[in-house]
Amino acid sequence: MAFQPIKFYQTGTFTVGNRLLPPEARAVQANMRRTNSLNSGHRACQGCGEALGARYAIDAAMSATNNRLIAANATGCLEVFSTPYPETSWQIPWIHSLFGNAAAVATGIAAALRVKGASGVRVIAQGGDGGTTDIGFGCLSGMFERNDDVLYICYDNEAYMNTGVQRSSATPPAARTATTPAVGEQPGNPFGQGKDVPAIAMAHGIAYVATATVAELRDLEYKVRRAMEFRGARYLHVFVPCPLGWGHASDATIRIARLAKESGLFPVFEAERGEVVGVSKIRKQVPVEEYLKPQRRFAHLFAPTPRPEVVARIQAIAERNIRKYGLLERTT
Amino acid sequence: MRKPFAITLDPGSSLANHTGSWRTLRPEYVDRLPPCNAACPAGENIQGWLAHAESGDYEAAWRLLVQDNPMPAVMGRVCYHPCEGACNRGALDDAVGINSVERFLGDEAIRRGWGFPQPAERSGKRVLVVGAGPSGLSAAYHLARAGHQAVIHEAGPVAGGMMRFGIPKYRLPRAVLEAEIARILALGIELRLNAKVTDLLATMKEGAFDAAFLAVGAHIAKRAYIPAGSSAKMLDAVSLLRSMEGEAKPMLGQRVVVYGGGNTAFDVARTARRLGAEESVVVYRRTREKMPAHDLELEEALQEGVMVKWLSTITHAGESSITVEKMALDAKGFPHPTGEYETLEADALVLALGQDVDLSLLEAVPGLEIDDGVVKVGPDMMTGHPGIFAGGDMVPSERTVTVAIGHGKKAARHVDAWLRGARYVPPAKPETAAFERLNTWYYSDAPKTVRPLLDVIRRQSTFDEVVGGLDEGSARYEARRCLSCGNCFECDNCYGVCPDNAVVKLGPGKRYRFNYDYCKGCGLCAAECPCGAIRMVPEEI
Ligand SMILES: Cc1cc2nc3c(=O)[nH]c(=O)nc-3n(C[C@H](O)[C@H](O)[C@H](O)COP(=O)(O)OP(=O)(O)OC[C@H]3O[C@@H](n4cnc5c(N)ncnc54)[C@H](O)[C@@H]3O)c2cc1C
Ligand SMILES: Cc1ncc(C[n+]2csc(CCOP(=O)(O)OP(=O)(O)O)c2C)c(N)n1
Ligand code: SF4
Ligand SMILES: [Mg+2]
Repeated sequence: MAFQPIKFYQTGTFTVGNRLLPPEARAVQANMRRTNSLNSGHRACQGCGEALGARYAIDAAMSATNNRLIAANATGCLEVFSTPYPETSWQIPWIHSLFGNAAAVATGIAAALRVKGASGVRVIAQGGDGGTTDIGFGCLSGMFERNDDVLYICYDNEAYMNTGVQRSSATPPAARTATTPAVGEQPGNPFGQGKDVPAIAMAHGIAYVATATVAELRDLEYKVRRAMEFRGARYLHVFVPCPLGWGHASDATIRIARLAKESGLFPVFEAERGEVVGVSKIRKQVPVEEYLKPQRRFAHLFAPTPRPEVVARIQAIAERNIRKYGLLERTT
Repeated sequence: MRKPFAITLDPGSSLANHTGSWRTLRPEYVDRLPPCNAACPAGENIQGWLAHAESGDYEAAWRLLVQDNPMPAVMGRVCYHPCEGACNRGALDDAVGINSVERFLGDEAIRRGWGFPQPAERSGKRVLVVGAGPSGLSAAYHLARAGHQAVIHEAGPVAGGMMRFGIPKYRLPRAVLEAEIARILALGIELRLNAKVTDLLATMKEGAFDAAFLAVGAHIAKRAYIPAGSSAKMLDAVSLLRSMEGEAKPMLGQRVVVYGGGNTAFDVARTARRLGAEESVVVYRRTREKMPAHDLELEEALQEGVMVKWLSTITHAGESSITVEKMALDAKGFPHPTGEYETLEADALVLALGQDVDLSLLEAVPGLEIDDGVVKVGPDMMTGHPGIFAGGDMVPSERTVTVAIGHGKKAARHVDAWLRGARYVPPAKPETAAFERLNTWYYSDAPKTVRPLLDVIRRQSTFDEVVGGLDEGSARYEARRCLSCGNCFECDNCYGVCPDNAVVKLGPGKRYRFNYDYCKGCGLCAAECPCGAIRMVPEEI
């Protein structure tokens, strides 16, 4: 009988660390000396997905670049809760741009570094979905088109959270926001065409585009590390639930992100030069209800009058994603 | 300091902002009681020793295990493992194969010759242990480790009790039993064989004992009145199994009928098959659901060709046949005779109807309370007579090796305290780590490893051990299937998922600490803790 060594690690790479794995196989976040780029004392809400996602991503970038990193940050929660002048939570070189120009500011930093011959220092631009998919979109597209040496990270909490939960082009259909109230024939955000920014980024043919969620740390860290292996424009879109804006419990942030992925509503993949090269498969598929129900922004789909037809349309979106990206493991 | 244009304040760190003041709920690390530990009659810290086995430190695992149970190699073979029935992983895929890992550790210890440490101090106290079955051996072991001189008086010619004279070899090879007994005795325990105690108080006085622990088991076969022809061959299960340890093997014939529905009945039926019986039939008056024998035992017996006649009583035994009456269950589940009869061919009838305790050694002991043929004991295992403790099959119990071993340990703790004029107060049990407390998302999918079984043909003709052990790789795999219910296993999840960096990692083996200056009480750490080792408690405001 052939000898087959059994490699089984209790929690594998699902958990942050794992004492049974060699240290180099553990997450950056497991390290006692991680940067803690976004330090304690910030004013984000309890259970903030954006604060978590930003620390995950920037710590990973610091680790990938040997701590040689500068970040430009668009206006939005991430900037406001971290840096009420003169205090800051950032433990990296960091600059606040404006709401709509983070990509352009980062481009400028990259150009300046090149001129100074300091191309070993890497540049990140980061912002919320509003700053990325709406007001900052022109700067972003320009950065892609010029192939400036910047990694742009969008923390997508699906609305303008910092100013009180207004709709953005990343707000999903049927979601209630301050500007799309749950009233009338079609309560919540209308079903529009949607704006798939990762796909638009891919259409620019840039070196690397990826999506990630705060529920899959290893995957997120891998994508930051991978992005840093390329030069030129790169884009990372991170799904970050917002307990306040979405109306879910503060301890459910990671679970909600997990359900978004497991239902197929948020496809997690990576693409190089416009082509998808990897997808994170669904591990335990769930219907979209499981994702929608714990969030108050979707409460009007279930009570007082249940709207199964709307839920079915959302389910259809999930199914299209599953088909398009091949999110299900093929069962033979 | 000269500041840049338009800057008027020095930069400051947000650490000045103690966001912990926002908190209404406070996370706290807890150790909850894993359901396996809670279910173990011997009180083993199963989750604890599995954790050592997971990292491949088998000796540490074994050493932790034997703090509670000195016979893991025996246990890994004969225990009915209620732990596995309680295991939370059962709700995911299959319970962790605790029993097979225990056996692996036990066998590994024998192979490598690991021994027990001698006690650091000796108390000078002498404790009499009556009976060298599992309960007596366990008590002697724990007393010896606590520094007391234990002296075992055993009526039989060898130690082991029912492990030796009841449980057949094909389930418990004698070399394994002997190795574990020898290791216990090496602690300096005195074992007197062929030394039946007939008058307890006299023996105590003679040996100047300060206390006694009784574990004489239950060895007198119960009888049922069955009208029988003069030439019918009737035996009782205990004597039959006992004679299997002697030189001359019993002659049972081609067709053997066993009467009873306990494990003993199946051990007899399986033994009969191995002695050459073509037919081995167990006759039981109720149904499979009501039968006290364990599923595994029944299953293995059926595989070996043992047959069962359910809902039947034996009404007459003749020379080469028996008469059986069909029974029917009433609404309450009690069997009632139906008046329908059937004849079964039988060369021998073995009664396996349970055992009574021989209490003759206690006749002169005042203060004892006997109820339903067993000796009553308090929660401290002490009988009505101060200084005399009892455990195992002779007290009210489920009558298993594991319970007997647990009684021995518990009694030893109380004897130890009693000898010092104190009371042993067991530590308060933490809350159980129920399945609902786990976040099972984080565990890798992994089905249970199955222990190899001996080929059926060999099981029908030889007394070779039926169930095999796991190799090192499979044992470690099995150990790693443990979910570590209710006990931190340092997965770093809390340290990772806190959006406020309010979890301080203290380093390998040292777990974590909360920094309440910054913890906002969101509860993510508790929600994402795989094993339920964090609880959220309301903050007093
Ligand atoms: C056939 C059979 C199979 C079993 N299989 C299993 C199994 O697979 N798993 C399981 O958990 N349990 C099993 N059991 C039950 C288990 O064996 C008993 O519950 C357990 O052995 C009880 O332990 P004990 O120490 O109380 O008594 P015993 O094991 O009965 O030991 C009592 C000892 O005391 C000695 N003794 C008695 N009177 C005196 C006296 N007056 N003076 C000195 N010594 C005396 C006896 O010789 C004996 O050695 C089985 C029982 C039988 C009969
Ligand atoms: C030009 C301009 N318009 C409006 C604002 C007000 N403003 C600040 S943050 C913000 C919304 C930010 O939303 P998003 O980018 O999604 O980030 P989030 O706060 O949700 O993380 C708005 C509208 C501004 N600062 N600048
Ligand atoms: S995750 Fe952090 S902030 Fe939230 S309760 Fe736990 S320690 Fe506190
Ligand atoms: Mg936003």
